[in-house]
Amino acid sequence: MTALDGSATRGRLRPADGPAARPGAAGGPARRRRPRHLAGWLFLLPMVAIFGCFGWWPIVRSLVLSFQTTNLVDPPEWVGLRNFATLLADPLLWTTVGNTVWFVLLALVFGFPLPILLAVVMSELRRLGGLFRVLVYLPVAVPPVVAVLMWKWFYDPDYGLFNQALGLIGLGPYPWLQDTATAMPSLVLEATWAAAGSTVLIYLAALTSVPAELYEAAEIDGASILRRVWHVTLPQLRGVLLIMLLLQIIGTFRVFTEPFVLTDGGPEDSTVTILLLIYRYAFINGDYGAAAALGVLLALALGVISAVYLRLTRNWSRT
Amino acid sequence: MSEDRTRGIVSSIDRRRATVRWPLRLTQGVLLLATVVVGLGPILWTLKGALSPTQDLLREPLRLWPSSVQWENLATAWTDLRVGHYLLNTVVLVAGSWLVQIVVAATGAYALSVLRPRFGTLVYGAVLATLFVPGTVSLVGLYLTVLDLSLTDQPWAVWLPAGAHAFNVLIMKQFFDGLPRELFQAAQVDGAGPIRLFWQIVMPMSRPILAVVSLLVVMDAWKEFLWPMVAISDADAQPLAVALPRLAETAEQNTVIAGMLVAIVPPLLLFLVFQRHIVRGISFTGLKG
Repeated sequence: MTALDGSATRGRLRPADGPAARPGAAGGPARRRRPRHLAGWLFLLPMVAIFGCFGWWPIVRSLVLSFQTTNLVDPPEWVGLRNFATLLADPLLWTTVGNTVWFVLLALVFGFPLPILLAVVMSELRRLGGLFRVLVYLPVAVPPVVAVLMWKWFYDPDYGLFNQALGLIGLGPYPWLQDTATAMPSLVLEATWAAAGSTVLIYLAALTSVPAELYEAAEIDGASILRRVWHVTLPQLRGVLLIMLLLQIIGTFRVFTEPFVLTDGGPEDSTVTILLLIYRYAFINGDYGAAAALGVLLALALGVISAVYLRLTRNWSRT
Repeated sequence: MSEDRTRGIVSSIDRRRATVRWPLRLTQGVLLLATVVVGLGPILWTLKGALSPTQDLLREPLRLWPSSVQWENLATAWTDLRVGHYLLNTVVLVAGSWLVQIVVAATGAYALSVLRPRFGTLVYGAVLATLFVPGTVSLVGLYLTVLDLSLTDQPWAVWLPAGAHAFNVLIMKQFFDGLPRELFQAAQVDGAGPIRLFWQIVMPMSRPILAVVSLLVVMDAWKEFLWPMVAISDADAQPLAVALPRLAETAEQNTVIAGMLVAIVPPLLLFLVFQRHIVRGISFTGLKG
């Protein structure tokens, strides 16, 4: 419709629309509605082109590719569900899924309550508020790769800061990244350090919108400070907490840089995550079809998780 | 910070009680110590490591001050590890990504919010839908697309996909929606066409949002790792973040840490200088993931 609209009127529009690019010229009032549509589409063009090529098309491409096999030279070949069969037959897949879920759960345990606690405490401090905000956000400003390389030093069993410092009080040495039991928690610790700051700032902003009257009423009713946090602050933050929880789950499912740089999936595959497996399938083995299939499965899983989560919390987040 | 500001959880009556005042002060002290050690500590460690002999790192990791301050590590990293070269690559990638994202978001949001062409809402819906598809899931599809367009190993492979960032469009559109309509009508009556309206009225009024979006975009682009690594396999064209893990495996460790310092300083300065805007940006965007 609109394309027709535009081409049909283009001849007539030129004089009014073209000069409009130069200051001081414009069409008459009667012509205003149609040029607006044409100009509207012209202004939409960069966005539609970029999203078309690099947003929507790659999603379609991934979907299609998950049913194909390609060596990037010959035209892709349809293989039905064989990519999915390859994945399911890969013993590493279930290890990977288990590892990723373990990472997500640990990240929730370490990383979800901490920013809430920090934000609530920081919002009650009368002095140095700005300084605290800067200090808390500093790790977020460090590029993730650099952060990971730093922590590689900290975790070093012989020369690492952690073992050296703990050694002073007679603890350790701990293997950190070198042991299947401690490798994943070590990654989570680093990831929490790197991500907590921006969440704290979001909560701090949300805390300012809690009405003071609620605290006053609670205080008059004799509620202690901790009870005020529990019965007023947290319920008031419910909406933002629920969203941040979902975003954190989705975000941590996609962890890549930490296992890739810190452990490369080891020791004994204990830190191979889904995205790392996708990367290996595609860019190490050259099996783009299986990589795409795993990507699609991950997207589906995240979609289901989000839908269930939003459904479960729907009543809870209102009022 | 002033007394008459709206109260928080703890009231001023509470604050006068010793059972509240002292624990609060203690918490403040502990929190200050903890955030300095945890937040600032690793950055200071990098600074120290970059200026130390490698021997210090191995023999006395807990040393607070280098046994001899070696400024030449930075020079060695800059020339021998070509950190300067990789840094320039990063700057070029970040600058281009910024430009593409700002142009796409500003023109797109202007069209959707002010010009409102037919089917605009449909396009907006499709743009927002990409927010719900985890970006890394279409990684392989994006790689093959870039391959089809023969963009690999070129900066375009990072610049153009950066533009498909629905979040920028969302916040820009919300800002434009809040601008007074009467102003646009007045401008149209005065004979301003869509392009003049955009360039001379909407853009100048959008400086605050442009600043916030620019800062978030630049900070994010500086952090990119997986996509630049995949899209640019030519070692010579890689950004610093992609080159560092490779260098860390072979090069002298103190110069690698000097390279890490070089990678930290620009985003850190940007944050410290513009922290008020960034804090505002993060808090009012809320769902930044």
